[in-house]
Amino acid sequence: MSSSSVVRAKVGKAKRNPSSSRVPYGLWGVVGIVVFLGIWELLPITGIVKAAYLPPASEVLGTLFMDFTLTAFWVAVGETLLAWFLGLAMAVLLALVVGLIIGMSSFLRRATNSTIEFLRPIPSVALIPLAVLLFGTKIESSLMLIVYACFWQVLIQVLYGVADVDNVAMQTARSYGFSRVQQIRDVIFPTMLPYLMTGIRLGAAVALILAITAELIIGSPGLGKEIQLAQSGGAIAGMYALIVATGLLGVAINACMRVVEKRALSWHASVRGENVA
Amino acid sequence: MKTLKSLAFVLVLPVLLVLWWAVATLGGASFFVPTPVDLVSTFVQTWVGERMFTDVLPSIQRLVFGVLGAIVLGVMLGLIVGMNRTARAITEPVFEFFRALPPPVLIPVLMLLVGINDGMKIAVIISGAIWPVLLNTIEGVRAIDPVQNETSRSYGISGFSRIRYQVLPSATPTIMAGVRQCLSIGLILMVISEMFASSSGLGFAIVQFQRSFAVPEMWSGIVVLGLIGVIMSFIFQWIERRVLRWYNGLKEVENAV
Repeated sequence: MSSSSVVRAKVGKAKRNPSSSRVPYGLWGVVGIVVFLGIWELLPITGIVKAAYLPPASEVLGTLFMDFTLTAFWVAVGETLLAWFLGLAMAVLLALVVGLIIGMSSFLRRATNSTIEFLRPIPSVALIPLAVLLFGTKIESSLMLIVYACFWQVLIQVLYGVADVDNVAMQTARSYGFSRVQQIRDVIFPTMLPYLMTGIRLGAAVALILAITAELIIGSPGLGKEIQLAQSGGAIAGMYALIVATGLLGVAINACMRVVEKRALSWHASVRGENVA
Repeated sequence: MKTLKSLAFVLVLPVLLVLWWAVATLGGASFFVPTPVDLVSTFVQTWVGERMFTDVLPSIQRLVFGVLGAIVLGVMLGLIVGMNRTARAITEPVFEFFRALPPPVLIPVLMLLVGINDGMKIAVIISGAIWPVLLNTIEGVRAIDPVQNETSRSYGISGFSRIRYQVLPSATPTIMAGVRQCLSIGLILMVISEMFASSSGLGFAIVQFQRSFAVPEMWSGIVVLGLIGVIMSFIFQWIERRVLRWYNGLKEVENAV
């Protein structure tokens, strides 16, 4: 038992030896975070930036951990996530249906191109006043902005995906008498899926930005509203803590979307790592 | 005939949509949606004239400064960090955090640190729009073909000329993808920073209209923002085509083979 573990330790050591002069990649990242927090801690302490405007990192992180124990904080996180999820889901469904309809007909593709290219660059925040007029500070305001912004992200990817379908595969499907539904399910969908996942990943980040924006500017419930309240109430450390929390939420969402994408495309060559052109 | 047909494809749907809108608002416009004629006349009344100089141009100026600042800083920092493996490893988690941070939350922070002025708005745009450029530059530099790097080294190309003639061109396609994101984030932040804390600018004007229930004026403001977005995207596409002409040509050749 003990001898085998010694052997294993030796093997492990021998394996690691060639690169032992180098610090492992992940460790440098920890160093980076520590340095960043250190600078943040020192700026207010040395008086370069007033502590009233930028509380030291220790104080902000302390407030953040306090927040973690409060129900109100988690309710706000939940509200933000609810708007994020509903908005993203609605945008994806809508874009998928519209994208399939437009993408499968070359006539519709050409006829809608100019309209899509014109509507797509319109910044969704331009719709904020309209959302306020229509829905006030309810969650629908957030949803309207999120759906508008994400819809185009996903739609463009779906259109690319449908256009990428292999002609031979499509003709084969036709000559085997596939019905429309079968064509979509067995030929178009698999080709489109990588594009769709890219669209959803991009859309997820955009949806979070707009969820927070709507809460910050309009005052629909969620983390953004809490930030605005903390700021106007002068709870500066609390405001920074909430901002760090939104950043962590963003990191978590990005990581989740990457995992989902990998799972959904596990069969695809780009993920399997074979035959990557 | 052929050009006529493609012109029809470009125009038919927009014309149909406008017609539909005109017909739908025909029987006395609803409170929320003005008629097309109303909108156009309000648009001209509201934006052509003094407002152009007090609201629109200052906003656009801030946007241009912010976006250019973000691109220049992002590319420079990205080159420095991207060319050094250790620097990349150190900064990766911190940069990932800032990329994931929704940029609008920086507005209250910068309001505290900089105060409410033009500098704050430009700082907001830079601090939000720099991340896609920065991270794409780092990624573009990292992903350079090692054979290229070794060729440069063996020919003794180093320092500025290496960056100018080898590193930057190889990274440009990735950088341009970042610039595209940077533009749309910049526009969003310009509007929001003016909505949040300002007494002039497009964002402020639109919110003002909405608060006083001047609905056609509000719509005309939305149209102005839309036009700015569309024009920006055209300018970007034009520049991208020019900058990446060699790259698109290269890809065509590769695909043809």
